[in-house]
Amino acid sequence: MITIQGKGVSAGVGVGPLYYYRRATTEIKRYTVEDTGAEWHRFKGAQTGAVEQLGQLAEQARAEAGDEAAMLFETHQMMAEDLDYEEAIEDRITNQKMNAEAAVADTAEQFAEMFAAMDDSYMQARAADVKDVSQRILSILCGVVQGGIASDVPVLLAADDLAPSETIQLDKTKILGFITAGGSGSSHTAILARTMGIPAIVGVGDALKPEYEGRQAIADGSTGALVVDPDDDTRARLLKKREEQQRLQRLLETLKGQTNVTKDGKTIRIYCNIGSPEDVHAVQVNDGGGIGLFRSEFLYLNSSTFPTEDEQYAAYKQVLSDMDGKEVIIRTLDIGADKQIGYFDLPKEDNPAMGMRALRLCLTRPEIFRTQLRALFRASAYGKLGIMFPMVTSVWEVREAKKLCEEVKRDLKHEGIPYSEDVQIGIMIETPAAAVNSDRLAKEVDFFSIGTNDLTQYTLACDRQNNDLGRFYDPHHPAVLRLIKLVVDNAHKNGIWAGICGELGADLALTETFLAMGLDELSVTPRAVLPLRNAVRMTDTRESAERLLAELDADYTAR
Amino acid sequence: MKEFTYTIKEPVGIHARPAGMLAKEAKSCQSTVTIVDKNGKAVDATRLMALMGMGIKCGDTVTVRIEGADEDTAAPAMEKFFAEHL
Repeated sequence: MITIQGKGVSAGVGVGPLYYYRRATTEIKRYTVEDTGAEWHRFKGAQTGAVEQLGQLAEQARAEAGDEAAMLFETHQMMAEDLDYEEAIEDRITNQKMNAEAAVADTAEQFAEMFAAMDDSYMQARAADVKDVSQRILSILCGVVQGGIASDVPVLLAADDLAPSETIQLDKTKILGFITAGGSGSSHTAILARTMGIPAIVGVGDALKPEYEGRQAIADGSTGALVVDPDDDTRARLLKKREEQQRLQRLLETLKGQTNVTKDGKTIRIYCNIGSPEDVHAVQVNDGGGIGLFRSEFLYLNSSTFPTEDEQYAAYKQVLSDMDGKEVIIRTLDIGADKQIGYFDLPKEDNPAMGMRALRLCLTRPEIFRTQLRALFRASAYGKLGIMFPMVTSVWEVREAKKLCEEVKRDLKHEGIPYSEDVQIGIMIETPAAAVNSDRLAKEVDFFSIGTNDLTQYTLACDRQNNDLGRFYDPHHPAVLRLIKLVVDNAHKNGIWAGICGELGADLALTETFLAMGLDELSVTPRAVLPLRNAVRMTDTRESAERLLAELDADYTAR
Repeated sequence: MKEFTYTIKEPVGIHARPAGMLAKEAKSCQSTVTIVDKNGKAVDATRLMALMGMGIKCGDTVTVRIEGADEDTAAPAMEKFFAEHL
């Protein structure tokens, strides 16, 4: 038995034979051709085939990962059809009487060298693109089958690392898990594995030896251990672990389409946090009941100038339409602190977390805020929209923001542009000031959404970004939990609802406490929806919140 | 012939993606679109790899020349494209 330790980047246990990815190795034959016209024709056929393949890959990438991922393959398409590239190949075939394979290989080398010689690391990396495109044309010329796995049974796929064009065309029914020598948690292989829900181990280095090919192995994606030729005990232990995980997964699958009703019959809304319109897919797959936090920053971060009203409107409208009438709560711009954008020209601050950020910035520069609010209200005609303001401390801030909303609505009405009159307005509770002041704030808005990450940072005076503060930054601190309870109580006293949209909402150790406090909504990362639903369905909300908090206090104090 | 100058604002310059979009845009015009860099090197904008090979960076100023039957409509369209994407 051989145990190899790597880094587990996608949980699960995979059992099967190890198989090394077959990279299309194409040996280039060189010969002189007589019929150069026919050879040119042969190249054109392979080029057309490559462009078609890339078109299919682009569509597949678009469906699996969105427009950004598709653009890579579309650029490869344009490279394959580039006139200079084509003319260089034509010259080699027609004038130098080279065969098509040699002409493509030499031209690829010529262009790759041109990019590699540029004094720009981005462009240097484009040499790999030219080679990737040329390899595709060569594979067609040489008759190589795409896919990389020539095995009848599913395998644990081993490779040094896999390129995006390689991972996307793998025959996914044949893969039990991934093991790569290189790579990281954010490599294409890791992302694909997590999407497919199969184990992946990266960074095993040269411990992964070619002679292991075909031998039985077990990959444990949660510990990062790969066991080759496992002994009976190890095998039994890991198989049991796999069974438990599969049982849990099946249980979660059966929860799709079920309600989030507690033992005592109370319905809790479980919503999702997303950062771009593409994430809606994950919300639907995981059966999220709505979107409790849509961070609007992506529009600003993915742009080199202020996004226009129309650009924003299109993005918001898309999410509202895709969610098909389910509630979508969009948080207005939260820039500043750890998220800086060049074109905002914000002065450098010594303490940005307490500086000109989020709503403060929006009220100081109302022209930016107004554009976003107009886009939001225009989009409100296409679904059930809620708007929430981040980083609130005072009633006057909320009143000023609401006044701007009223002005925007009045303008739209004037211009005859449709919008919904039923847009809920809420605020994030993420400062101790807002929490302590929540009885007054509740009279101004339709809902509260508690941002536990910032609330913890500000309550405990502990910088979230500072890893050294680990044990001091603890969202289970009694002060944080007591503030949450205060916020929920004040919301209900004033007839509005309260939810959590921070990471704490998915913390199953606190679900019972949160439900006992009376939280109405929990907004979590999409893949946490089903585990949370499972916990909600096993909870009785009639439990005393005070008693649970007292227990947590005691636990915390006893550390 | 129409002509305008433009200073690149895209942080990584004319890299693969914007170059691809530019080549596509240039192909859609009847006119010939030529990009001239600060050293006077001229490249047909429909030629993707040559365009990338110019290594145009953020802050570089280029001259864009549009010549042909539809230059009166193509020139403002190209100008808009540059402003939006580059």
